[in-house]
Amino acid sequence: MIRNLTNRIILIVVVLALALWVDFSSEIEILNPVTDEPLLSRNLEPRLGLDLQGGLQVLLEADIPADQQIDSESMEIARDIVQQRTDALGVNENIIQIAGDRRIVGEFPGLADTESVLATIQQTGLLEFVDTGDFSPEPGTILVTDYSPTGETITPSDPETVVYRTIMTGADLESVVVSQDTLATSYMINFTLKSDGAQIFADHTSANIGKSLTILLDKQVISSPIINDAIIGGQGTISGSFTLDEANAFAIQLRYGSLPIPLKIVETRIIGPTLGADSLSKSLVAGLIGMTIVALFMIIYYRMPGIVAVISILIYAAVAFAIFKWFHFTLTLAGIAGFMLSTGAALDANILIFERLKEELRNGKNLAQAVDQGWTRAWSSIRDSNLAAIITSLILFWFGSTFGATIVKGFSLTLALGVVISLFTAIYVTRTLLVVFIRAFKPQDYDRWFGI
Amino acid sequence: MIDILSKRYYYFLFSLLVIIPGLAFLAIDGLPLSIDFTGGSLLEVQFEAGKSPATEEIIAVYEDAGIDDAQVTTTETGALIIRSSFLTNEIRDQILTAMNETAGSEANVIQFDSVGPSIGAQVASRAALAVGVAALGVIIYITLAFRKVQNAFRYGICAIIAMVHDVAVVFSIAGIGARYFDWQMDALFLTALLTVIGFSVQDKVVVFDRIRENTNLLRKLEYEKLVNHSIVQTLQRSINTQLMTVEFLLLALALFGGITLQEFAVILLVGLLSGTYSSIFVAAPILVLWENQEWQTWFGRGANA
Repeated sequence: MIRNLTNRIILIVVVLALALWVDFSSEIEILNPVTDEPLLSRNLEPRLGLDLQGGLQVLLEADIPADQQIDSESMEIARDIVQQRTDALGVNENIIQIAGDRRIVGEFPGLADTESVLATIQQTGLLEFVDTGDFSPEPGTILVTDYSPTGETITPSDPETVVYRTIMTGADLESVVVSQDTLATSYMINFTLKSDGAQIFADHTSANIGKSLTILLDKQVISSPIINDAIIGGQGTISGSFTLDEANAFAIQLRYGSLPIPLKIVETRIIGPTLGADSLSKSLVAGLIGMTIVALFMIIYYRMPGIVAVISILIYAAVAFAIFKWFHFTLTLAGIAGFMLSTGAALDANILIFERLKEELRNGKNLAQAVDQGWTRAWSSIRDSNLAAIITSLILFWFGSTFGATIVKGFSLTLALGVVISLFTAIYVTRTLLVVFIRAFKPQDYDRWFGI
Repeated sequence: MIDILSKRYYYFLFSLLVIIPGLAFLAIDGLPLSIDFTGGSLLEVQFEAGKSPATEEIIAVYEDAGIDDAQVTTTETGALIIRSSFLTNEIRDQILTAMNETAGSEANVIQFDSVGPSIGAQVASRAALAVGVAALGVIIYITLAFRKVQNAFRYGICAIIAMVHDVAVVFSIAGIGARYFDWQMDALFLTALLTVIGFSVQDKVVVFDRIRENTNLLRKLEYEKLVNHSIVQTLQRSINTQLMTVEFLLLALALFGGITLQEFAVILLVGLLSGTYSSIFVAAPILVLWENQEWQTWFGRGANA
């Protein structure tokens, strides 16, 4: 009936052992026996989705006309900045991801204080260094500059308005640190520029000593220092009578205020923690009840093959859960539903095979022939039908990732992966185990053992 | 052997009876699209028992903030669900503060969703595209998988007709749910719909695969008998897979799974049931009907098969 039975059993046991190891560990570390250095270490804490633990989700969209292309590098930088800004708030486990080609989705699980996060993200600061000549505007003044993110020229509606020249933007800043001045009475900000910026800055400052260099965030003046010396080599200092807090706040604006593209919030979702906790326990209970009924049904109806199928489904669940954990899938309600459906697909494969098996037995085939025929004949149905399910899952996944619809994404991903893993367990595990059982019990009475 | 196919016109009638009421509700009431597709906001808050502000007070608070389309519903647990057009975070804060003042108690925000109008419209158009692409993928796939069978494209078309049937059933259920249980079509509804499409096709493939196999084995048999034979052979599997496993899992989810997933589970439950039903009672009968070219007799002697 099966060749290499021993090899098959060894493979199944190894896979199952690995899966159980991952399932029941919260962290895995393998040390090199010689040097005692970690060869591999992976944190396996399951990550719960917002719908399960509550929290905040925001969808940000590039605030640029829809017909304009945005290069992926700018989106990547914007994502990093949003990540850095929200990291600086001390939020745990925030996930910021690019969704499609003009959106960023941010998730802040378990967060109660939504205001500060939103305020920080919404500070979509575009930082500009502007030549204002002898004019040194007060902080808070709004100026018109000739810089636009898309490179088009700005023409103000009122021709009287003065348009100031932007020398460079925050994108040219390499690093910003706060330091104390020599007399330890006030604080100042030291910055380093990237090489392009350094050159522009050197040229500008050497030609404009004594003039103002105004720093704008979102066209609003935050400081307007006077150029004391030419700044060559890309390192400069902004001094003023800053307190420590002011200097720190200013440094954060300089550091993270340099979004390459403006972003606006187009979607906000807040899920209270009570709703999430309630859903998690209820869905888990629901899953357990459903699975128990299904297992009972399989065993009563299909007898020995039913028991094999239930064991095989348990192996399937262990492997699937291990894969979800290993790759840090976010566990969501929809993901649980997708997983349950893929379990259905796994059972369907088993049922298709067993029905075939019974048919062949009824037609008078002996057990060995019936097992072989059951698999060969059911295979084309199983393959074709599961491929159809995978095709739709992929379309769903594509849809979900364009819009940061993490629910849809989670569902389709667990469904697709579940279907693939279920194919492995139905074809490989169920068959091997069934042969093992048949050899162990040597059933004669087909009616009793197979429920014909 | 049970003769399933001879009563085929009764099955068609039954399908129509299931589909028409819900679609009629949708036609009268309009599609109950959620803010996922239309844009807008949903705020669910719970006040201390007995301190919930009255509906008029909430609407007044919203109007003070410049939002004049607020609709308030109360849930079984006494929480308030307020739907309105898109709220920015500033306006939301303003409204919450005002509501707390009115109620004299701190509101507990259970849920807040706010979707900008442009994003909603884009999600809706992409969703339609996703359904279209899925349908197209299915036709291509089935035609390829059955390319060695005579009239392969018929199988593809029949699978699509049955799929449209299942989609109609899902919409009908959504229409009935919208009228009587205040359901809405949201991103999860779309997920359920696409899953129904995927599994509907999966189920057709299993039945068609048996017809494909039997076509080679039983060449002499009349087509109608051949299809009937194939259906009966796969019947046990259909019942076991659908009723006993998938439906049990979903039923458990619908009954015990908490409100968030209830609507989703019910729609999947009915949709997947319809997916299995339509393989046997819609797709296969249409294959036979097509082979016999029965439409020639429809108008001459009336619809009796």
